[in-house]
Amino acid sequence: MSAAHHLVRRIRRSGLVRFASGVLGADKYERYLDYHRRHGCSEPPMSEKEYWRSLTDHQEANPGARCC
Amino acid sequence: MGSTASARSVERPPEPADEHPANHVDPDVLEKEHSTWTWKKIVVWVLIALVGGFSWVMVALVRGETVNGIWFVFAAVCSYFIGYRFYSKYIENKLLKPNDRRATPAEYNEDGKDYMPTDRRVLYGHHFAAIAGAGPLVGPVLAAQMGYLPGTIWIIAGVILAGAVQDYLVLFFSMRRGGRSLGQMAREELGVVGGYAAIVATLAIMIIITAILALVVVNALGESPWGVFSVGMTIPIALFMGVYLRYIRPGKVMEVSVIGFVLLLASIIVGGWVGHTELGIQLFTLDRVSLAWFVIVYGFIAAVLPVWLLLAPRDYLSTFMKVGTIILLAVGIIVVRPEISVPAFSEFASRSDGPVFSGSLFPFLFVTIACGALSGFHALIASGTTPKMVEKERQTRFIGYGGMCMESFVAIMALVAAITVDRGIYFAMNAGPGSTGGTVEGAAAFVNSLGLTGVDVSPDQLSATAQGVGEHTIVSRTGGAPTLAVGMAGIMHSMVPSLNLMSFWYHFAIMFEALFILTAVDAGTRVSRFMLSDTLGNFIPKFRDPHWRVGAWLTTAIMVAGWGSILILGVTDPLGGINTFYPLFGIANQLLAAVGLAVCLAIAAQKGRIKYLWIIALPLAFDVVVTVTGSWMKIFSSDPKVGYWANYSAAKKALDSGAEKFGTAKSPAEIEAVVRNTFVQGTLSVLFVVLTLIVVVAALIVTIRAINGKRGRDHEDPFVESAFYAPAGLVATPAERALEKEWSDYRSRAKEPASAGASER
Repeated sequence: MSAAHHLVRRIRRSGLVRFASGVLGADKYERYLDYHRRHGCSEPPMSEKEYWRSLTDHQEANPGARCC
Repeated sequence: MGSTASARSVERPPEPADEHPANHVDPDVLEKEHSTWTWKKIVVWVLIALVGGFSWVMVALVRGETVNGIWFVFAAVCSYFIGYRFYSKYIENKLLKPNDRRATPAEYNEDGKDYMPTDRRVLYGHHFAAIAGAGPLVGPVLAAQMGYLPGTIWIIAGVILAGAVQDYLVLFFSMRRGGRSLGQMAREELGVVGGYAAIVATLAIMIIITAILALVVVNALGESPWGVFSVGMTIPIALFMGVYLRYIRPGKVMEVSVIGFVLLLASIIVGGWVGHTELGIQLFTLDRVSLAWFVIVYGFIAAVLPVWLLLAPRDYLSTFMKVGTIILLAVGIIVVRPEISVPAFSEFASRSDGPVFSGSLFPFLFVTIACGALSGFHALIASGTTPKMVEKERQTRFIGYGGMCMESFVAIMALVAAITVDRGIYFAMNAGPGSTGGTVEGAAAFVNSLGLTGVDVSPDQLSATAQGVGEHTIVSRTGGAPTLAVGMAGIMHSMVPSLNLMSFWYHFAIMFEALFILTAVDAGTRVSRFMLSDTLGNFIPKFRDPHWRVGAWLTTAIMVAGWGSILILGVTDPLGGINTFYPLFGIANQLLAAVGLAVCLAIAAQKGRIKYLWIIALPLAFDVVVTVTGSWMKIFSSDPKVGYWANYSAAKKALDSGAEKFGTAKSPAEIEAVVRNTFVQGTLSVLFVVLTLIVVVAALIVTIRAINGKRGRDHEDPFVESAFYAPAGLVATPAERALEKEWSDYRSRAKEPASAGASER
């Protein structure tokens, strides 16, 4: 079990998976936290759930184009 | 070589008190690195040139019985490297002059949502996934009607001199303007008339592009229960993913994408079984008209549903499939190295009555292959989405120019896959139902009557091919997607023949094309809806409010009605919708490219880069000549096979005289359809070309004024000093690496004491 856990963690941290999640936009919350920390905001950052909600609500009014 | 000491010593203004390392490498140092030819570099580039040159000789000059598909890959890749290394660098040095001291919008506007500085390699993938869709896969397939060489030359030369240039310039100029959209830039630079013409042209062009993409999907899925089932399943899968991400495990995007992908594969496999049961055939065999209605209803619902429920998860799925499948295809072509027996120039290269698309090589080949060589649609992605994520100005060359080279490579692979298909089968699949009668006997008779050398197809061969890919028929499956799927299935099958998965691969390819297209349909409807409400908002301000549901529904309905009506015309067209509508799609896309290039021309002239304006003027002039000639022929040609209005009057005359048959139209109702369709096509052709010419003329006026020294206001965002550093290209140079090292040391130092406000990027 722990070996499997270890393997999953190693896969998650591998460069390829990090690259893929960047391309997909899966790492946005982590990057939001990083942004929040760097900019030294006084209020605590949004939780993961709140962040994704606010992101999709924001996309509702600002759609990104997809090409043909 | 470039030491960091020299990189820092040239800093002109003093750094702020909180010392971080330099935000840029001295341009002189970079230039020296770039222009110093070490023996290793010389060997590499001589090799690239030799392999590229040899491959071009194999593709273009050697006329054997067959040519190996691998030469296309080498010719393309070596050409891209040379174009990227020399031409894009020239554009960077002379025309754009990026400045790494200048913060990008991602830095000075960072908001943790849209504006996010993104690692250049990740952004390359992200940008590529946004620009590449079904376009580069479909166009080259249709263009193969004229043989492989015209298409190959246009895809490779076009991207180096035109397509990649456009993407790079638009990305750069939009980045300098806080990530503003093409429409906004047009309004700023070209004034009210040019600006509005650009916006209306963009809207009209988006409608036709969405319609034709939807037509490609409908043609691929019509009468195919397996395809309808597996593509239909993507909707519940996406809904499930949306709910999962919202309520079950928020933010676990990677995880849910893998689950979605597995479900997708399962639905292809189950589809094969469902498509062969009696109930499955009854439920999922849909004719093209009902399928078109399904797509229209779907497009409307998808555009008004919340983003999190359908659009966002679908987009994850489609990105996942896109990158994966393209890698798979590349591996397949390299491993299998298919032999190709299609001639370099076919009989149709010198004619204008080809069954796949009508019109002569010039200009219609250049509009048939739009995406992959020059795609105006990219200007919408390169302005707006990507520029808000670029970390450093110098990275735009890698992302903009390099990203488009990758798309061109996809187009080359699609071409190779299409020309592995036997020519007899190719024409049987791509001739409209009016010519083939929709039966294997009719198709075989029609194709054999074309008088093509070496083509002798039998009805049994067509039935066997259909059976091989798990379909009831492959006759008149126009649109390019099914042909590509047959080619790709053949390549994948020869890679692992022991698995015997021909029909799986075919439906896998159909699925991924349909997935791209449906994503583009959702997103296209949504984006154009916002453009419309934004424009209407100038007159009725309430339309600007994104939370006003009535407005949202109304504008969505207008946009869906726009593309939906063209889709219906396309599926009911007796000439076969693709044959007549596809040139309109290509022309529209290329006209949008003319808008993008014209705006860039005006901007560059305003910046005073007069001497190097030819870099933009060259592709713009070519594009305008191609599209205007194309439109001219479509509007004024007296040949009913080419000219919309010629066909319109001929059909109208036939209708008025009470004729029962007219060309491929077999009944008065069908003749009426021809009359209606040619009217719409002719009107749209006129509209597009007039709007685009207004934009181009407006840009030329601004440009000529600037050449005469009357420059307008500079619309760039003000200079902000950047507070971090990242290298420009895929591989960092020694000087770049040294500065990067300095930054990572600085960051680890800054982490030790608690320095909350310090910028760490």
